Amino acid sequence: MKERLQDYIPKLVLSPSFFLILVFVYGFIAYTGYLSFTDSRILPSYNWVGLENYERLWKLPHWWRAITNLAIFGSLYILICSVLGLLLAILLDQKIRAEGLLRPIYLYPMALSFIVTGTAWKWFLDPGIGLEHTMHQWGWESFAFDWIKDRQMAIYTVVIAAVWQSSGFVMAMFLAGLRGVDSDIIKAAQIDGASAFTTYRRIIIPLMRPVFLSAFVVLAHLAIKAYDLVIALTGGGPGQATELPATFMYSYTFTRNLMGIGASSAIIMMIMIFSIIIPYLYSELRTGVKR
Amino acid sequence: MLRKLMIGTVLASGLAALAHAQDGGRVEVLHWWTSGGEAAALDVLKKNLEAKGITWADMPVAGGGGEQAMTALRARVTAGNAPTAVQMLGFDILDWAQQGVVADLNDVATEEGWDAVVPDALKQFSKYEGTWIAAPVNVHSTNWVWINKAALDAAGGKAPETWEELIAVLDAMKENGITPLGHGGQAWQDATIFDAVVLSLGTDFYKASMIDLDPAALSGETMREAFARMEKLRSYVDDNFSGRDWNLASAMVIEGEAGMQMMGDWAKGEFLNAGLTTGEDFVCIRFPGTQGAVTFNSDQFVMFEVGEDLQAAQKEMASAIMDPTFQIAFNTVKGSVPARTDISDEEFDDCGKKGMADLAQANENGTLFGSMAHGHANPAAVKNAMYDVITRHFNGEISTDEAPAELAAAVEAFK
Amino acid sequence: MTSAVSQGPLEASRASSTVAPNRLARALIYAALILFAIYYLLPLYVMLVNSLKPLDEIRQGDMLSLPMAGTIEPWLKAWATAQIGVQPTGLKPYFMNSILMVVPAVFISTALGALNGYVLTKWTFRGADIVFGLMLLACFIPFQIVLIPMARMLGILGLAGTIPGLVLVHVVYGLGFTTLFFRNYYAAFPSELVKAAQIDGASFFQIFRRILLPSSGPIIVVTVIWQFTNIWNDFLFGASFASVDSIPMTVALNNLVSSSTGVKEYNVHFAGAIMAALPTLIVYIVSGRYFVRGLMAGAVKG
Repeated sequence: MKERLQDYIPKLVLSPSFFLILVFVYGFIAYTGYLSFTDSRILPSYNWVGLENYERLWKLPHWWRAITNLAIFGSLYILICSVLGLLLAILLDQKIRAEGLLRPIYLYPMALSFIVTGTAWKWFLDPGIGLEHTMHQWGWESFAFDWIKDRQMAIYTVVIAAVWQSSGFVMAMFLAGLRGVDSDIIKAAQIDGASAFTTYRRIIIPLMRPVFLSAFVVLAHLAIKAYDLVIALTGGGPGQATELPATFMYSYTFTRNLMGIGASSAIIMMIMIFSIIIPYLYSELRTGVKR
Repeated sequence: MLRKLMIGTVLASGLAALAHAQDGGRVEVLHWWTSGGEAAALDVLKKNLEAKGITWADMPVAGGGGEQAMTALRARVTAGNAPTAVQMLGFDILDWAQQGVVADLNDVATEEGWDAVVPDALKQFSKYEGTWIAAPVNVHSTNWVWINKAALDAAGGKAPETWEELIAVLDAMKENGITPLGHGGQAWQDATIFDAVVLSLGTDFYKASMIDLDPAALSGETMREAFARMEKLRSYVDDNFSGRDWNLASAMVIEGEAGMQMMGDWAKGEFLNAGLTTGEDFVCIRFPGTQGAVTFNSDQFVMFEVGEDLQAAQKEMASAIMDPTFQIAFNTVKGSVPARTDISDEEFDDCGKKGMADLAQANENGTLFGSMAHGHANPAAVKNAMYDVITRHFNGEISTDEAPAELAAAVEAFK
Repeated sequence: MTSAVSQGPLEASRASSTVAPNRLARALIYAALILFAIYYLLPLYVMLVNSLKPLDEIRQGDMLSLPMAGTIEPWLKAWATAQIGVQPTGLKPYFMNSILMVVPAVFISTALGALNGYVLTKWTFRGADIVFGLMLLACFIPFQIVLIPMARMLGILGLAGTIPGLVLVHVVYGLGFTTLFFRNYYAAFPSELVKAAQIDGASFFQIFRRILLPSSGPIIVVTVIWQFTNIWNDFLFGASFASVDSIPMTVALNNLVSSSTGVKEYNVHFAGAIMAALPTLIVYIVSGRYFVRGLMAGAVKG
């Protein structure tokens, strides 16, 4: 009897969490999926309209803009965060005396929401009061930094602020990875006469492969979900120059009273996210079990 | 520690529930007037209600001209937990009324004779299928231009009455080395100017294009002219306009950095707060070519369906909003004019008096129109589709020649 | 949770440097590190110095200069007298709401995550991987899409507009992450110890309490930091699901900052923003040194 009970306890312990997730995540996704096939406007409605919302969605220049911006923003953000994160981790890993001081400085932006830092960033980037203005006051009259007002460049200011927020976190991941490298491998390389540069390039960085992968997954999903950032910095402007899928989805669902189209864009976002995450999870779980 | 906190929460919420049960009169108000003068103005209403023993539960959600508040409202209504009253604008009111979740105020309205004192154009939103559902607080008109008097004097001194005169003044201001037009590059601000520009091309044209959404008017030659005027106005704006809040644009005019601002009458509050006097330090005129017509928006408190225990307080609140003394107190602070036509203009300044006279005149002549930019001409989906085209054009993403066709197509897609 | 942590921070774990670089290289490294530190600190610095200036000085001076006539007036105002909604209450009452929401939500989601991780690694059953995969995928959904169904659900449960309702929301959407952290951490924990204890007749919970929990320090730190910052910083759920008595700090801050009329009191806004950020900053600074250690302990590796 006691053994039977012991068999059930683990599953009993797990089941509330699993049940919550099943309902609150997958149930809700299914519900949104259903709404995307209806003519819902201000509140959910259950009139089936087939693929109409998807057809309208892909005809909207606004949506294409959001998707294009995501491609630019996402690739730059992931690339710069990874490179910067790795660079900082390597630099910090050189027996730096002030490491204990520097590390939290690099990490802290992750602790703050853009609701908090948005005003400061907006200020900083605004040519009228921010960096440009300050440089002019300091006597550097020709200094120009007005990207946030320029519809070609505004999306890059979003990248700058986003990198500021997450690169420290990526640094921590790489630092953890570097500290996990077996020192014997490095010693062996040094005995073979390899330079520091070669050691990193040939041996250590290749060993960081799993960290790159984890960082990619974390950053990719942050990029697709990016919302507060844009709202706080540019509100999607100038014009629609910095709209992203998340801001698009919010605006169609909640301010334009076109919940059906909003739901269809949410489903496209989900498909994008899942197509990145599922292969990763699959390979992780495969190797994870055998370890 | 944790347990103490949790017990604290339970206790606190229990006590709160008890407190509410005792007096019975409680209104929960969802609004986005969260700071400064607006919040102070609303506080007048709160005090009036408190004097009647009604508790005011404040539920402010700021952001994006009420966008966040509307999201919160959706969550509240979906949860079956609607607030008593919600600040709302234009077509949003009708959209919610269609959902069948709003209250019926007919008995208060009949008793106090609202039908006789509220202009028809406003009733279009305060009533749904013959039932009063909302209490209008004010009428803002949006086709105003606010001019710095010193800058105007330096530019010839005569307030412009036609488009050509306006351009002449703007050119003169440019030569005088200031930014002629103080403007913030946000979609709704671009659209506010667009509203006035369209209206200046004729009241019939405004009605055909913005309200009836006639495809021929939307894509026609007159619309091209409207976009051409927008392009012209764009050349008087400083480089740094994008994303600027409207009150910062007002500040530019106040400080003489900019010559004028094209903005609704809420801008007046900024000028008065800065210690400026109407007529002496700044001038208010209708957008050149729109004298006699008014595009308006009206803040209303929509009453939602609530439990029977809360209905008495809800009706008290509706009645308190329509109270003439409150309408005067609120609107003198907010810069708008009262939603009732039977209120004396004595306590209002020159611009306020002009606003009230213009409103009455436009109401009589049938030239009082809902503002497209502020959601009083068409539903949110159409409004935003127009915003998209207007703001893309203003930012140079599409040309003046392409814009009318784009506008017609965008409207068609969401009608 | 003490033993593992008290071994000290990660510096001890391995002699870090690989090659001893020459003096010039080291100078360059330090210069680069300091340059980056400035980049990261700049926004915080801007907020801090400007929160201590009177409004006139902000308008004239440049944003990077130190305050000439320093004042703590903006801080007092943001805390106690600034207009937020119709009441001039400052941020004070909302601070407590946030605490009342964050503490139980962090505690519950961390506890559930630890138990889930324990089951998924030491008591695996057929389909456990699928269960874990499904829970993990839940981390990645954009939260906007759950707002409407969630509102309906809270209404049905009678939790709409309450702090317990917000706690529930945050627990649910934090579960994926907490389970991930603990699962990966416990995966590296020797299963032999668990097996041995089982043979000795220890029960499910005894094994958890006596064997796994005592060495879970680092991962608890990571999970708590993660959950605390995410929940404290949340705006979307707070703005949508809170009601009169449960408005959290971020929503109040937004109400303060996004004023649509009047003079923008930047100094008060910045003071309020730093106040809203202080708890998470403190958590990071106090326990940040264990963060990398915790990441190292498995959260990254997957």
